[in-house]
Amino acid sequence: MSEAIQDDQDLSGMPMMDNPVMPYLRQERIPHIWCPGCGIGTTVNCFTRAIEEAASDLDKLAIVSGIGCTGRVAGYLNLDSFHTTHGRAIPFATGLKLSNPELSVVVYSGDGDLFAIGGNHFMHAARRNMDLLVVCVNNFTYGMTGGQVAPTTPIGATQTTMPYGNFENPASLPFLADAAGATFVARWTVYHVRQLTRCFKEALGKKGFRFIEILAPCPTLFLRRNRLGDGVDMVRTYKEKSVLRNGADTKEVGLGLTGEIVVGTFVDRERPTWLESMNDHFGKVFGDRYSRYGG
Amino acid sequence: MTADPKGVLTGIHFLDGDHAACEGALAAGCRFVAGYPITPSTEVVERFAQRIPLVGGLFIQMEDELAASIAILGGAWGGKKVMTVTSGPGLSLMMEHLGLAYITETPCVFIDVQRGGPSTGLPTLPAQADMMQVKWGSHGDYEIIALSPNSPQECFDLTIRAFNLTEQWRVPVFLMMDEVVGHMTERVVIPEASAIEITERRWTAKAPGTYRPYDVGADRVPEMTKAGDGHRIHVTGLTHDERGWPCMTPKQQDKLIRRLSGKIRDNADALTDIREEGCEDADVVVVSYGITSRVASAAVLRARAAGLKVGHARLVVTWPFPAARIAALASKCKAMVVPELNLGQMVHEVRLAVNGRIPVLLVDHAGGTVHDPQVILDRIQEAAR
Amino acid sequence: MTRTEIRIGGLGGQGVILSGIILGKAASIYDGLNATLIQAFGPEARGSACSAQVTIADDPVDYPYVLNPDILVVMSPDAYTQFAPSLKPGGMLLYEEELVHIKELPEGVRAYGIGATRIAEELGRRLVLNIVMVGFFVGVTGIVSVGAAEKALLSSVPKGTESLNLNAFRRGFEHGRSLVGAA
Repeated sequence: MSEAIQDDQDLSGMPMMDNPVMPYLRQERIPHIWCPGCGIGTTVNCFTRAIEEAASDLDKLAIVSGIGCTGRVAGYLNLDSFHTTHGRAIPFATGLKLSNPELSVVVYSGDGDLFAIGGNHFMHAARRNMDLLVVCVNNFTYGMTGGQVAPTTPIGATQTTMPYGNFENPASLPFLADAAGATFVARWTVYHVRQLTRCFKEALGKKGFRFIEILAPCPTLFLRRNRLGDGVDMVRTYKEKSVLRNGADTKEVGLGLTGEIVVGTFVDRERPTWLESMNDHFGKVFGDRYSRYGG
Repeated sequence: MTADPKGVLTGIHFLDGDHAACEGALAAGCRFVAGYPITPSTEVVERFAQRIPLVGGLFIQMEDELAASIAILGGAWGGKKVMTVTSGPGLSLMMEHLGLAYITETPCVFIDVQRGGPSTGLPTLPAQADMMQVKWGSHGDYEIIALSPNSPQECFDLTIRAFNLTEQWRVPVFLMMDEVVGHMTERVVIPEASAIEITERRWTAKAPGTYRPYDVGADRVPEMTKAGDGHRIHVTGLTHDERGWPCMTPKQQDKLIRRLSGKIRDNADALTDIREEGCEDADVVVVSYGITSRVASAAVLRARAAGLKVGHARLVVTWPFPAARIAALASKCKAMVVPELNLGQMVHEVRLAVNGRIPVLLVDHAGGTVHDPQVILDRIQEAAR
Repeated sequence: MTRTEIRIGGLGGQGVILSGIILGKAASIYDGLNATLIQAFGPEARGSACSAQVTIADDPVDYPYVLNPDILVVMSPDAYTQFAPSLKPGGMLLYEEELVHIKELPEGVRAYGIGATRIAEELGRRLVLNIVMVGFFVGVTGIVSVGAAEKALLSSVPKGTESLNLNAFRRGFEHGRSLVGAA
């Protein structure tokens, strides 16, 4: 599958259900491109409820995506939104935030985008404590290109480029985020809609490099190929296998093809953001001659 | 409008090209630079990092050139005038974001201080071998504007022009320096801020709800906004419509790509800047650009001293290529000589423009130093026969 | 049209490039001439061969490199060995006489030596050796004016070191003038 999906269908005349998240979406762009049973839409639902509950100033909230199925999220949200290149949402968001610090900037992308091609940027933005909320919808696969092995694919799972089963060690995303210096690290699944909504709201109210991993089913390319059922089956699995462990040591939250799924808020700490550090430092170096950047 | 005095280091200085280019960027209003160190371009960002805290703006050294070249695009949509600076291998890494900048019409300046390649090549020595890469190195059809300075003074002047052009046309603009110009130190005169003309961003005055990011008028350049101004824009590297929304049909592709290229191609004559000297009655015209133009000048002087009628046409704007003007020159002379620090790049454009009417002789060079003027002189004499 | 090509050679850390900057600045900013400085140094930051090429001319400088200098200034034996053969016939060699020992000179070359290291040490800072050489250059050649050279010097050295550097310049200058028999 490629990006050859046509997005110009005019569906503006079609009746829309009166859904509370609709004001937060570009309604003329619905229906979205995601498959039936895909978990990405559920995460967007939770995100819009969170920004509603948080009463965020929507004009000052910007969203940046990379490339892939989750990369399309930016296009559906009725915010200033940027659909960038594969793997580079974080450095784009870095430039956006530093250029206009009054913005609240959210990066919303997939596991392949953020952690394979974009892994280096993730590490450095976390290290710098760039003031970004990074949301990773982890479906363990490359959806848009047709189900290739991802940096998160569990050992044993079959993918088109691991036709005999994956033998590569997957990355544990919360562990990476923690080690790189993120100030807030949480994991939920699309089963946990209330918790996820709360988590979004909490993370939006904090500053620094914040990371939320959301496990989501890709029925078309991951579940079916690995005989894991459909989207509903997977949500049931999330319910059964999830174990809430706030404050868990991120070394202990790795995921397998089966087995328990540790969820919760693992890291919540404060450290100065990149911009705060720069302003404080230059204030010391230059004294009164320095005007704080971004107010 | 004129330059913000905070960024203008008015006075007479003795600067190398890298430092002069940085001063040009500051004078032009550049307040956001993201970079990654690479010889021989690093001095540009080193000076920017040193100067910017008290000018009011920001520098960040990113983790690689991929990051630097897209951080500036984020910076532009955040409202700042932006630039990145690189050389050789770094330029190769930036190619994807050149495409993103182009299709999203993000104003941005790239400085490329050319060194010998391919690959790591000659990090500390000159070449002019990226001339085709900047024009053709990103995938798909696109246009750029490229300026080729031959002195530190021009590094200052043309960097300002690069910023003005990128704001005017909303197309990536390249300053095509080389190691010699970058590291050569000469007198650089920086005027008063009030004497420096600055092109402001084409900010929209339309209210949210009525503004569409890619609506255009007669000049085919859309008005711009920035994130946070209430327009709720969508900016995508996908083929898009006037709203900025993905629209992946052959029809929209044709409409968008022809508009984007047309705004530059159809204005190539207006963008042309050729410094012609002695071309009116010349038998041979030397066509040159960048540092090679100074070496060519030395050869042209010697040729004239030997009694030859030689003209010199120096391209200040190298892209879009001034095909019409080169064709006009070719109709009046008997041969052209094109020296460049590569094995033949812009000579192809000269030959296309000349279209076989007169011989076009290349004076190639693999890079690492500049030509010996004698070699250019020999080729001028050959052309004159 | 006059054009004078100068090469200054020494070791990294000796202030070779600064010497070039002062001469170039003096000519192009304070004397109304044109000057182009090209610097070349090895991949190591310090201790390797280092040279500056300065072209000073009435007209704008076209070809920027110095291949066969009219004047060669050397502060190390290696620079002498490397660059002396490239001197133009009839050119001029200025050298640090305690570090560089002259053997054969190319035809017609005039050579002038100075104990710049010793003078710098007498002034209390061996580091100002390069400034002594700049003063010596101006004294012998007169290519840039004393006034211009002093202004260029003062605008190029760190604050607080002005008088030390000016003394170094003047010691070199006077020695140069005495060698060429100027009044």
